Amino acid sequence: MLESLLIANRGEIARRIIRTAKRLGVRTVAVYSDADAQMPFVREADMAERIGPAPARASYLDGAKILAIAAKTGARAIHPGYGFLSENADFAEAVERAGLIWVGAPPSAIRAMGLKDAAKKLMQSAGVPVTPGYLGEDQSPERLKTEAARIGYPVLIKAVAGGGGKGMRRVDGKDAFVDALASCKREAASAFGDDRVLIEKYITSPRHIEVQIFGDRQGNIVHLFERDCSMQRRHQKVVEEAPAPGMDDATRAALTSAAVSAARAVGYVGAGTVEFIADASEGLRADRIWFMEMNTRLQVEHPVTEAITGQDLVEWQLRVASGEELPKTQDQLSINGWAMEARLYAENPSTGFLPSTGCITHLQLPPDIRVDSAVEQGDMVTPYYDPMIAKLIVHAATRAEAVAGLAAACRAVEVWPVKTNAGFLARASMQADFVHGGIDTGFIERHAAQIVPSTEPDAAVTGAAAAALLPTGKGDPWAALIGFRNGAVPDIRVAVEISGKTYIAPPVKAGTVREIGGDRVLFLAGDAWAFSAPVPRSSGEADTGDGAVQAPMPGAVIQVEAAKGKHVRRGERLLVLEAMKMEYVLVAPFDGIVVELTVSAGSQVEEGALLARIEKAN
Amino acid sequence: MTALSSLIDRQSETFLANAAHNRALVEDLRVRTAKAALGGSETARQRHTARGKFLPRERVHRLLDAGSPFLEIGALAANGLYHDEAPGAGIIAGIGRVQSRAVMIVANDATVKGGAYFPMTVKKHLRAQEIAQQNRLPCLYLVDSGGANLPHQAEVFPDRDHFGRIFFNQAQMSADGIAQIACVMGSCTAGGAYVPAMSDESIIVRGQGTIFLAGPPLVKAATGEVISAEDLGGADVHGRKSGVVDHVAENDEQALLLLRQIVGTLGESRKADIALGSVRPPKFDADDLYGIVPRDVRAPYDVREVIARIVDGSEMHEFKPLYGTTLVCGFAHIWGVPVAILANNGVLFSESALKGAHFIELACQRRIPLLFLQNVSGFMVGGKYEAGGIAKDGAKLVTAVATATVPKITVLIGGSFGAGNYGMCGRAYSPRFLFTWPNSRISVMGGEQAASVLATVHRDADRWTKEEAEAFKAPVRQKYEEEGNPYYATARLWDDGIIDPAQTRDVLGLAFVAALNAPIPAQPRFGLFRM
Repeated sequence: MLESLLIANRGEIARRIIRTAKRLGVRTVAVYSDADAQMPFVREADMAERIGPAPARASYLDGAKILAIAAKTGARAIHPGYGFLSENADFAEAVERAGLIWVGAPPSAIRAMGLKDAAKKLMQSAGVPVTPGYLGEDQSPERLKTEAARIGYPVLIKAVAGGGGKGMRRVDGKDAFVDALASCKREAASAFGDDRVLIEKYITSPRHIEVQIFGDRQGNIVHLFERDCSMQRRHQKVVEEAPAPGMDDATRAALTSAAVSAARAVGYVGAGTVEFIADASEGLRADRIWFMEMNTRLQVEHPVTEAITGQDLVEWQLRVASGEELPKTQDQLSINGWAMEARLYAENPSTGFLPSTGCITHLQLPPDIRVDSAVEQGDMVTPYYDPMIAKLIVHAATRAEAVAGLAAACRAVEVWPVKTNAGFLARASMQADFVHGGIDTGFIERHAAQIVPSTEPDAAVTGAAAAALLPTGKGDPWAALIGFRNGAVPDIRVAVEISGKTYIAPPVKAGTVREIGGDRVLFLAGDAWAFSAPVPRSSGEADTGDGAVQAPMPGAVIQVEAAKGKHVRRGERLLVLEAMKMEYVLVAPFDGIVVELTVSAGSQVEEGALLARIEKAN
Repeated sequence: MTALSSLIDRQSETFLANAAHNRALVEDLRVRTAKAALGGSETARQRHTARGKFLPRERVHRLLDAGSPFLEIGALAANGLYHDEAPGAGIIAGIGRVQSRAVMIVANDATVKGGAYFPMTVKKHLRAQEIAQQNRLPCLYLVDSGGANLPHQAEVFPDRDHFGRIFFNQAQMSADGIAQIACVMGSCTAGGAYVPAMSDESIIVRGQGTIFLAGPPLVKAATGEVISAEDLGGADVHGRKSGVVDHVAENDEQALLLLRQIVGTLGESRKADIALGSVRPPKFDADDLYGIVPRDVRAPYDVREVIARIVDGSEMHEFKPLYGTTLVCGFAHIWGVPVAILANNGVLFSESALKGAHFIELACQRRIPLLFLQNVSGFMVGGKYEAGGIAKDGAKLVTAVATATVPKITVLIGGSFGAGNYGMCGRAYSPRFLFTWPNSRISVMGGEQAASVLATVHRDADRWTKEEAEAFKAPVRQKYEEEGNPYYATARLWDDGIIDPAQTRDVLGLAFVAALNAPIPAQPRFGLFRM
């Protein structure tokens, strides 16, 4: 086993690696940027070294610094985690050149898989099915149409130079092909100055299915079954599960052997993932699953595989890196139950999933499941890196139980004041389509209305907040007789203020209410809402008058700072009046435009004289 | 404490018939209350809300703490009066909690004749102030009224307990340290202008509230000046120039929140320092009361069956259970508040009166609030009883009731006739609250007795045939029946409202706790007891 290990990463994956390394007696060295100095992974490593300022380019992506720290700390191996330098072949080579052990794929394999088109060709020659398509020099309409027919409709015509959805046409049948091609070429020519196109199979119901493979230096390669990562938002995985729903043994056998072939074709060592795209419009079928790409690293979603196989993939990585054979043979691996993982992010789903940064004052994650978290209560989410808070991993006997467990886990999340996607995850995992299995990658877009929270609280939220505002005393009839009315039914409606708006709601007890830093916060189904009994707006805001600026007493104008037509901000100086040996500064009552100015410096004015008038700017 | 037992048979014919009868009475009460609670006509209400104003009950609700009870008084005031055009007398009054503090809320209902003051409106407003004064409750006035109802000016303006008394009371309470706060949410004209002006602190709603001694039409008539209501007495006039109001709010919602904030600034209140017990519900179901209370007010039953459904744990320490048995006296708790209960169990004899007077002395010595459960046909009559001094024994009870120094609350659970009404703390004896049950009757004597007495004293009585006598008596009986009806009574504010018997415990709990906002004198002080 390795003696020591430098982890060239941060957050939850750094903690994850440290956990296994400690168990195996491997000394760990963490590196951290200035933004991460107080993070848990820094505390948990045996040693920690500052690596540079917050931006990743100057810290976690700076390979030279990492090697220098390895030398300084005597670390014998480097684990890159995922992201950052994990698929950087040059860095991997530099690590090996420095005489250190690279806990990752061989640089040659990283390179081979790094170029997507070349990788596809390589796979095709290794007998791995790839998405049918045509990318050729012959751009004649006849040839393209023939190729489209060979691929099978529907097809996608794409500009070779394209991107951002431009120069893309879906064609459902041969009759429409020529017209679509012409318009696509026109668009491509004008947008990119290059009218070459490629043709791809259009997949109506795409599912993202991937196979975990592992190789050792002895040339053994095994797979650890598949994962389904079809629940995606803008190509970002949201929920992953293993095994894939609807996968029969025959299909699984075809898929996993293709993955093993792919790995073998590049002489793979270590943990890798072969990603496939499946056309699931008629269920999962072996002839409708095609190679997409290979990730030459440990994946974020590796815990679901660990759960169903009972293996520790980081341990496997460390054993392989230290030259040991794979801990298990293919025959010794089997699927046990069902696992799911949800990625809990510090982001605000109701504002387009913008990252939400700041101190996590309150953090409570479900206690009874595996949680791989990046932060603890009191830690910061900074804007510099991926804002993942934790991965919630459930493992159960059946898929139905796993889905229920995942939804329950997401609903139990309490994070404040940083916003999270927990409620979004909970709702996504409760959608009937998902519960019944086999969703495609368009699921979230199709169900956005039910999944993405609105900024307005619904009746469940206002009702729960209302319930929390009710008095609790049982020994006083004025507190105990909620909403009592003599001669009528109780009026139990409660006024609740949420985000500056007042709602009148009947109380319905739900969720958990906590006092956090002076806020009353309702945690309900993964979402967090600050609420209070309504309070009056400041009278200053309400009492700005009609914009007339009048002399408070008789006096002389000694200075005019405003000009007619000028935009002024509330509180901005307009003019100065001298009276009774004192100077009075008259300011704008609200943001607006100076529409009237009746005086100049030296003017004598009476009490109440109109000096200027501000009109609200629209 | 001794546990009260219950001997009722819920399956008996009497019980079931009583229950059906009393439930129908309560249903009738609910319907009438709900109708009165609507206030003015649909059109008037729509006009009101279309101007961005909350309806008065919504105002009250927004003003109250979350979940606060609202112990309304006089909900059926003016019922059947003024051609039934003034539901609730056009004003809502009651006790609620604001910022965890009991307050009296008085809210004009502008959907009822523009919130104008009918005679009963004045009486209800004054009654609310009286309750506030006796129980030391801050007064929050939600003003939205055009002032006195001009056609009724003679019954509204000149007398002692007319319009002017409102401001007298404001000044007196302010002097007593009972906060007076006004929120002007609509018109506040002429005399009404004094409500905010006499208040300790006031709010006006911009664009809605106006305060002036004379409105634009009167100003034009008097001086020829043409001026809009807003320019004459709107928020800016009074918030910036006149200083008649202290705060300007943008709308009803903000005004009520501001009012809540003001209540939050009131100092500590001095409360009665009596120890409260832990609250336990009665052992018997309050709904049994429907089956217990007889259909006929004259039918006897054991009032302990009622007490057992009102007091904590259905427990009472009875005083002199073997003496003067027609008046049940005992110590118990209601919602944790210690109470000394006097409840009729038949006609009052000398012994009952003496026992009652003694018991009231005990309650005052021990500083325990009094509860009177009235169901009394009067004091016993006849030569033997007159000679036995029932008049002076009755006077002892009346003296004790009148001068008791602890809070008193009265509930008419049946008949309230003659001097029995006095001895059992009728309205004239200033109980802090007086509620009635829908089966109750109140009059100087029963209709039958009155008819007989009047027939007997008639100069032609000896010449009447049986039919003629009956023809004379029938309208008298009819009149007594009508005027003794609780709806007739509550319309005239002879009480603070008719309550559902099943709500009695809760109403009493709220009322007693509210009453404890005023300190209880340490030493009793009674008038002379004629021996």
